[in-house]
Amino acid sequence: MISSNLLAIFYLISGVLFILALRGLSSPESSRQGNLFGIIGMALAIGMTIFSVGNFSTGFLYLIILLLIGGSIGGFIAFKIPMTAMPELVAGFHSLVGLAAVFVAISAFLNPEVFNLGSPGNIKIASLIEMSLGAAIGAITFTGSVIAFLKLRGIMSGSPIIFFGQHYINLTLGLLLAGLVFYLCKTQVDTWFWTIILISFLLGVLLIIPIGGADMPVVISMLNSYSGWAAAGIGFTLENTALIITGALVGSSGAILSYIMCKGMNRSFFNVILGGWGATDKISSDKSKEQKPVKSGNADDAAFLMKNASSVIIVPGYGMAVAQAQHALREMVDALKKNGVKVTYAIHPVAGRMPGHMNVLLAEANVPYDEVFELEEINNDFANCDVAYVIGANDVTNPVAKTDPQSPIYGMPVLDVEKCKSVLFVKRSLSPGYAGIDNDLFYRDNTLMLFADAKKMTEDIIKSL
Amino acid sequence: MEIDPFIFRLSIFILSIFIGYYVVWSVTPSLHTPLMSVTNAISSVIIVGAIIAALAEGTGSIFDTANIFGFLAIILAAVNIFGGFLVTQRMLAMYKKKKKDKK
Repeated sequence: MISSNLLAIFYLISGVLFILALRGLSSPESSRQGNLFGIIGMALAIGMTIFSVGNFSTGFLYLIILLLIGGSIGGFIAFKIPMTAMPELVAGFHSLVGLAAVFVAISAFLNPEVFNLGSPGNIKIASLIEMSLGAAIGAITFTGSVIAFLKLRGIMSGSPIIFFGQHYINLTLGLLLAGLVFYLCKTQVDTWFWTIILISFLLGVLLIIPIGGADMPVVISMLNSYSGWAAAGIGFTLENTALIITGALVGSSGAILSYIMCKGMNRSFFNVILGGWGATDKISSDKSKEQKPVKSGNADDAAFLMKNASSVIIVPGYGMAVAQAQHALREMVDALKKNGVKVTYAIHPVAGRMPGHMNVLLAEANVPYDEVFELEEINNDFANCDVAYVIGANDVTNPVAKTDPQSPIYGMPVLDVEKCKSVLFVKRSLSPGYAGIDNDLFYRDNTLMLFADAKKMTEDIIKSL
Repeated sequence: MEIDPFIFRLSIFILSIFIGYYVVWSVTPSLHTPLMSVTNAISSVIIVGAIIAALAEGTGSIFDTANIFGFLAIILAAVNIFGGFLVTQRMLAMYKKKKKDKK
């Protein structure tokens, strides 16, 4: 058994190791060492907690068994999951953190003596507030992440679910929660505690259903942030510095990612959260665009263009992930490189369904990370580039965002694909993208549409090379 | 008058938010997905609360409702810890391969 002061020191060390784990991610070279720091920090926190409890009876045995069960499930998932399924995996993991926070809060509420919070029916007011906040945020994180998971997995439709008075209902529920916390502190009646958790579960569902599929990067980052705040709330309840530090780190990390994603779409955070983009704006652009001529080509044309180019920029998007085209893409690029073509990749901040989604897929396909560039780094290069190969991206290349103030995506940073000498646009049809607006790029003189599945087309091009 | 320990915890909390803010801004955008999976893994440090709750012998039995919730939280957090760190490791290993390729 170790003293609580010593334990607090170990928690501090864990906290520092977690900071180093995040710090390591500033470059791919240092990142693996960072992850190791994270693992050591976690092992230290768990090991020292077990020592401090010092109860090596039956309970300890169960603890080890449950750790092994949970660990093998987690390990199994981690090794089996395909990289394209990473967004739903992360959403699923968030839901577990949320639920774990709820369970710990319940446990602390039922047996407050263990954590020195008072006795049942007479819990310290501060602790009650902290544990209700932790439980409420945890519950919202849980159901919200479950909905996000179902949407990403395609079990639930990705289109926004909107009904009249939605935001008022959410607001009412939010105020109700605040009232319930107040009553819980006043009366210490456990019914209020359970009601808080149930309402938070409901609120989590209601908050996420109006948000559409392509806004998922924001949602996932936001839930990431919530899971951190939930952990911090529990940390305050249990007076545990490891949890407070970690919760604050994770909370601010998720908040920053949400901010970056919103900026990538030129939308305010509230605009995304209130949801319903695309559902309202669909009608606005139905101007007899069908009459405009479109140039379409086949794999041979594309191969010819790219083979004779001196530089090619690849613009991947969510469609590449859906078609699992990243490996074919890499083979195509290898073939081009043999022909002396310079190839780079341009990634829009909100390409895909979560922050950094495209980077991971390209990394999986063995694309060197120094050939992959972010929007600001590469946007000026399009003007000097011969061919842009747009695969599975749409709205993020739409020049309308720069020219038409009426457009819902006006002001959104886009890749200046149209400045390339020629644009190859792989797409199954001329249908509009997620934002529900037509892409002007389709009708440009320098655009050649390649109507096919992203993977099939890329494979055909490889054959023609 | 003595300072309430809550204030110390609040100070730690606020300073950690700032640390998180500066550290996360320095994360390269290409590693944002591993960032999410690793933050997910470390937020499962909530398991320490679960362990204390599960192993408590407040009412004599470890199969008290409070303990059972602790045990449940342990499983959930364990899935996350192992899953989160391992999947991060797997992703980061892919970024590593590139470097070897180049050499």
